[in-house]
Amino acid sequence: MSQQPALHIRDLHVTVGEKEILKGVDLVIQAGEKHALMGPNGSGKSTLSYALMGHPNYKITQGEVLFQGENLLEMGPDERARKGLFLAFQYPMVIPGVKVFQFLRNMLKARRGRDVSVKEFRKELNEKMSLLDMKQEFVRRYLNEGFSGGEKKRHEILQMALLEPSLCLLDETDSGLDIDALRIVCDGINAVAAKNTDMGMLIITHYQRMLNYIEPDFVHILFEGKIVKSGTKELALELEAHGYELIENEFRQPAQV
Amino acid sequence: MATVNDALNEKRTQRDKTLSELNDIDRDYKYGFHDPEDKYVFKSGKGLTEEIVRKISAMKNEPEWMLDFRLRALKLFNDKPMPQWGSEMLNDIDFNNIHYYVRSSEKQERNWDDVPEDIRKTFDRLGIPEAEQKFLAGVTAQYESEVVYHSIREDLEKLGVIFTDMDSGLREYPEIVKKYMGTVIPSGDNKFSALNTAVWSGGSFIYVPKGVKVEIPLQAYFRINTENMGQFERTLIIADEGSSVHYIEGCTAPTYSTDSLHSAVVELIAMDGAKIRYTTIQNWSNNVYNLVTKRAIAHANATVEWVDGNLGSKLTMKYPAVWLKGEGARGEILSIAWAGKGQHQDAGAKIMHLAPNTSSVVTSKSISKDGGRTSYRGLIKVLPGCHGVKSNVRCDALLMDAHSRSDTYPTMQIDEDNVRVEHEATVSKISDEQLFYLMSRGLSDEEARLMIVNGFIEEFTKELPMEYSVELNKLIQLEMEGSIG
Ligand SMILES: Nc1ncnc2c1ncn2[C@@H]1O[C@H](COP(=O)(O)OP(=O)(O)O)[C@@H](O)[C@H]1O
Ligand SMILES: [Mg+2]
Repeated sequence: MSQQPALHIRDLHVTVGEKEILKGVDLVIQAGEKHALMGPNGSGKSTLSYALMGHPNYKITQGEVLFQGENLLEMGPDERARKGLFLAFQYPMVIPGVKVFQFLRNMLKARRGRDVSVKEFRKELNEKMSLLDMKQEFVRRYLNEGFSGGEKKRHEILQMALLEPSLCLLDETDSGLDIDALRIVCDGINAVAAKNTDMGMLIITHYQRMLNYIEPDFVHILFEGKIVKSGTKELALELEAHGYELIENEFRQPAQV
Repeated sequence: MATVNDALNEKRTQRDKTLSELNDIDRDYKYGFHDPEDKYVFKSGKGLTEEIVRKISAMKNEPEWMLDFRLRALKLFNDKPMPQWGSEMLNDIDFNNIHYYVRSSEKQERNWDDVPEDIRKTFDRLGIPEAEQKFLAGVTAQYESEVVYHSIREDLEKLGVIFTDMDSGLREYPEIVKKYMGTVIPSGDNKFSALNTAVWSGGSFIYVPKGVKVEIPLQAYFRINTENMGQFERTLIIADEGSSVHYIEGCTAPTYSTDSLHSAVVELIAMDGAKIRYTTIQNWSNNVYNLVTKRAIAHANATVEWVDGNLGSKLTMKYPAVWLKGEGARGEILSIAWAGKGQHQDAGAKIMHLAPNTSSVVTSKSISKDGGRTSYRGLIKVLPGCHGVKSNVRCDALLMDAHSRSDTYPTMQIDEDNVRVEHEATVSKISDEQLFYLMSRGLSDEEARLMIVNGFIEEFTKELPMEYSVELNKLIQLEMEGSIG
């Protein structure tokens, strides 16, 4: 393994449409580290994950991002994925008529850069699906079509488990999950992390509850497009106790004239 | 029925195998190959005259009534003006520049080994012999205008099912042919049905006796291969009371330069309680005019399903129709159309509700790319007194770029109040968000688009036998690559 950090973000500015959403984000995630990113709605958490994954509508106007030492921003989203970056979407897309089985197998082929026989694929799939307590029939459904909130999230983590990425961005994976499903999904994430000890993680969440299952090494708070506070897991507990109001009062920019 | 079961088992094994191949991106698949062209036993001169019609009939040793039938149709063809709707491309057809009859082989072949080598090679590349061995009940493979290969499995014969080419059908079962041919689609229905009636050659003739359920699809594979050559198949399928049959035809045409005309007539008759499914995939080369008249009559409680895929050709005009004549009859038309550069797919569906409590479902999917044009032209008609009619029409169009085009021309003529008729049409393009989601999983832009397009037509592909859906996915892939490479 290289000694390069898994992810190195320097002064990242991102614009969507006409509006600057990220206004200089700095973040370093070393291999094997778990970072939590918290912050009120609209602070730019999803924007960060989309920009890192390479969504064409999220324009980088300033800053740089190194992924295992390489310039991430020069790569298309597919190349980023093949190199081991993974985003569990907050709102996964419905693709009508595409079977989950077919999608997952093609995804794996792309990641591995070689054919994956149906037999080999089935074996891995069964293993990972039982890890997440998913039923076999699931893969015969169409991609995200009619999935419940919980099914969508489970399916995102199933993809993560199959791909074994080197860096995962989990965007509000806990939302839409009831307490049992949350435990199963988090156990799944931990199992993947335990198997891939170099895997870095950015856990985007609104609440503390997911962090009870996945213990972060660091916690950052994003507010109005900037990381305003970083600390250890105690920061998340503090936030939970006082709410985002504290942050807002401390960091709210005076209205521009 | 041991052979049928064996075939089905093999089909299952094959399905498991092909399932794994279904998504493989196979870059070896080729079409556009061409056989040597000096093999013809007889080739009529260009242009259409009474003399040619007489000659065709004489060469086929037809009964007098068939010659009369042809000659009357020729007159209708000459009298009828060119349709002034659909596409202005129609006016480019030069009827004087077409061979109306080409025969490549003198005698009928009974088994695969007897089929001439170069023809076999062509089918080989299309994957036919294998499919034939795997699960086909019988093949009528038409090479040029004449059937060269023809087989009927023994179990079908035992059931009393007739499955033969139309020329043999006329020779062997003249009374059935005389009774039904032209009763669903009269010669004068339109200019092209008249043309077909005058010069028809080949096609399939199927009769399924009362109560017989044919469990394996009957299949014909044919192609055209001569410049300026016309193809005028004539297909007639009769499913007697309570019987069922699935017929499949498909074509992959090689590429050649001068315009070519294909004008088939397909007539289906489903007697009381019978079921017919007719599956077509057509992929004519981009210079072919494909002007097909397809119509079915469904009697009481009968079901007719048209599954119709149109890729290729320069202009396709095809509107499969079901006349729901008996109470409780049901018609279903499921189609896809792909129009690339310079192509116009004017496809649609017609349902005539002529009896109470009849129902219909029309699903049309079209894709336009590189300036291609698709149109859906549909008619739903409900006669007065036909209470309890249910009809659902859905047209989805996918535009691959800004200079491609899609239109919908739905016509509803509902002369009865107590009916439920629904129509829904959508036009969409591949969304950035869908593309991003797939690419974020490592699929390239092309792979992601292909997956979305294949998903778009999956409602259609899932109705096809496995090897056809694999082939269709490959063809779509070739079409998609067309603009990239
Ligand atoms: N595609 C988009 N188009 C327009 N505005 C957007 C888009 N995505 C995000 N935004 C805006 O960017 C801001 C940050 O949103 P987001 O990153 O989704 O926040 P979070 O995930 O922290 O709730 C919000 O004001 C939101 O309205
Ligand atoms: Mg968000």
